Amino acid sequence: MHAFLDQIDTWLARGEQVAMATVVRTMGSSPQTIGAKLFVASGGGMIGSVSGGCIEAAVAEACQEAISTRQSCLLRFGVADETAWEVGLACGGTIEVFVEPLP
Amino acid sequence: MNELYPEMRAALRAGRSFATVTLLATGGSVKLLVWPDGQIMGSLGDATLDQRACEAALPLLTHGESRIVDHPDLTVRFFIESFVPPPTLFMVGGVHISIALAAMARVVGFRTVVVDARSAFASSERFAGVDELLLAWPDEALEGRIDSRSCIAILTHDPKLDDPALRVALNSPARYIGALGSPTTHHRRLERLRTEGFAEAALARIHGPIGLSIGARTPEEIAVSILAQIVQVQRQA
Repeated sequence: MHAFLDQIDTWLARGEQVAMATVVRTMGSSPQTIGAKLFVASGGGMIGSVSGGCIEAAVAEACQEAISTRQSCLLRFGVADETAWEVGLACGGTIEVFVEPLP
Repeated sequence: MNELYPEMRAALRAGRSFATVTLLATGGSVKLLVWPDGQIMGSLGDATLDQRACEAALPLLTHGESRIVDHPDLTVRFFIESFVPPPTLFMVGGVHISIALAAMARVVGFRTVVVDARSAFASSERFAGVDELLLAWPDEALEGRIDSRSCIAILTHDPKLDDPALRVALNSPARYIGALGSPTTHHRRLERLRTEGFAEAALARIHGPIGLSIGARTPEEIAVSILAQIVQVQRQA
């Protein structure tokens, strides 16, 4: 997370709003470790990663939602989940991601 | 909303360890920040809950671990996340391998420190990207700075610089100690240290010749083999 602070500072200084997505649970072959983070700015900028790329778009969308509603939410992706196919989670794992807006 | 972000940011910038406990629920972000001494900031909404969360977080923080903790009787789930400063990779020798190794180690998440007593080697032009560049004798620079998460790559190929650094490394709790040199060079090095009184168990801590055997030839490839070995040692707890 330390490596992302400069970028987050830049976004906040510019008046953008930012949401933080954190991997809180993985099962199977998910490529990222617990605690992996993706930060998304209201202007569309992204830094970090919560997967090998397969759920990034869906998580980024949830981040934008969190920014507008100021609400946190828990996302779950997996092979047993229909959305897993929609977002293309081909790695065969299950992953839970918590999304929260920063002040 | 993560009201504690400013505190998290300040602690990360200052290199302080802490844990957060986050209620995994839709709605407002309910979070507690736990310091290593048991002090807390923020609240999960209930003093008893805060106390229990703090007790659950402290052992995880000690080991730098993060995971979900279920409280079935409370029908809530918490995510406890540890934030610990990155481990340090000390590179002894401002050599070509160190330039490549420092750049790669940063990407993998290390704080990077390069030490060399020779100003031509330890120059800021050569090492613009390292966190710390020390123009000093390695033994003096390393003394007292190596903790149990530190990794040390000894790369000068010169016993005048290598041996003093190895003495300090062997007397430290370092996670990884590697020394550059052919099997013959390494054999001679072990002989010298043995004569000085280092026990076999201590000498066995030195990875030499340094790096995984992947047929590396260039300095950059050797850096890959060293970093791969460090990751292997770190992950094989």
